[in-house]
Amino acid sequence: MTGYEGVDLSIALLNVTLLAVLFVVAISMARLRSLFAIIMLSGIYSLISATWFVALDAVDVAFTEASVGAGVSTALFLAAMLLTTRQAKPEQGVMKIAPLLVVLVTGAILIYATIDLPGFGDPNSPANTYVGIDYLARSQADIAVPNVVTAVLASYRGFDTLGETGVVFAAGLAVTLLLGFGERALSAARKSDADRADDTEKGPQDGN
Amino acid sequence: MGTDHHIILRVVAKVLIPVIALYGFYVQFHGDYSPGGGFQAGVILAVTVILYSLIFGISAAMQAVSPGFARGVAAFGFILYTGVGVATLILGGVFLDYDALIAEAPGGHAGQHLGIILVELGVLMAVTGSMVAIFYAFAGRVTEIRDEDW
Repeated sequence: MTGYEGVDLSIALLNVTLLAVLFVVAISMARLRSLFAIIMLSGIYSLISATWFVALDAVDVAFTEASVGAGVSTALFLAAMLLTTRQAKPEQGVMKIAPLLVVLVTGAILIYATIDLPGFGDPNSPANTYVGIDYLARSQADIAVPNVVTAVLASYRGFDTLGETGVVFAAGLAVTLLLGFGERALSAARKSDADRADDTEKGPQDGN
Repeated sequence: MGTDHHIILRVVAKVLIPVIALYGFYVQFHGDYSPGGGFQAGVILAVTVILYSLIFGISAAMQAVSPGFARGVAAFGFILYTGVGVATLILGGVFLDYDALIAEAPGGHAGQHLGIILVELGVLMAVTGSMVAIFYAFAGRVTEIRDEDW
């Protein structure tokens, strides 16, 4: 017996399939040289991880992964790609092997660490005891927002969310200060505006 | 925009972009009941602007949503969030204690709800503005995205 039956078996199969697809996508990303293909594959990777998060019942995380990972970061990578070449340079010498070693060692450490993790959905795990139970029990009386995740993020942990918002704002500010405000495209936009205004003024005299 | 072989892309985008924006607002204002909230909605709204600029050109997008406006929205969103915290301080509570926003009988939730809506609105504005500003900073360095760039 596998230890899985019925619904459990189908969920286990779904998890294995999704993780296998993630593995294949990750390997092809590492082997590809075309930046455009790599960016598209990273979007696909995020979308599949989002599907996997749904299978794990973490819908809020899945939603964030789908919109941030598959949506906006793909678009931002594309915009960054416009500023550079389309092909990654092949690595030379020791750089061919070193990343693989780092990945293998990190992976081995992570797998070793999972031995100590509590089982999925274990009611006695630290995450499901202490404050989590408290939030679930009290949020309807305290805040009366049906989605407990929203209640935790916006109210109980409002301070954390303020920090996260600050980080996003600071990131936007830093990129803007480093790369400029996009003036080149803006001035082109203003120029085409001015041209259009000129055209409409000149239009009747030219006879078109 | 001399070539016109992107016409299907453009027609489809014209239909889809308003729907995506509407979905972003749905995610924002339905976040109390379903997954989602300011972060996700903000990213979805930013994607509408980014999608528009990828298809119709960055200049057209900058005429619709100017970079200065995007930066202003980002800053205002963060100030709105912090402002709610300061308002609760002034009204006699502790920082971000939304119960202080509206004087009500014990057990009332109007203050909490108002606080969460304002704070999520702040997150929405900060995220949308920042994402659009980041995209403009990258994409604005080239005046027009040519076909051969892909």
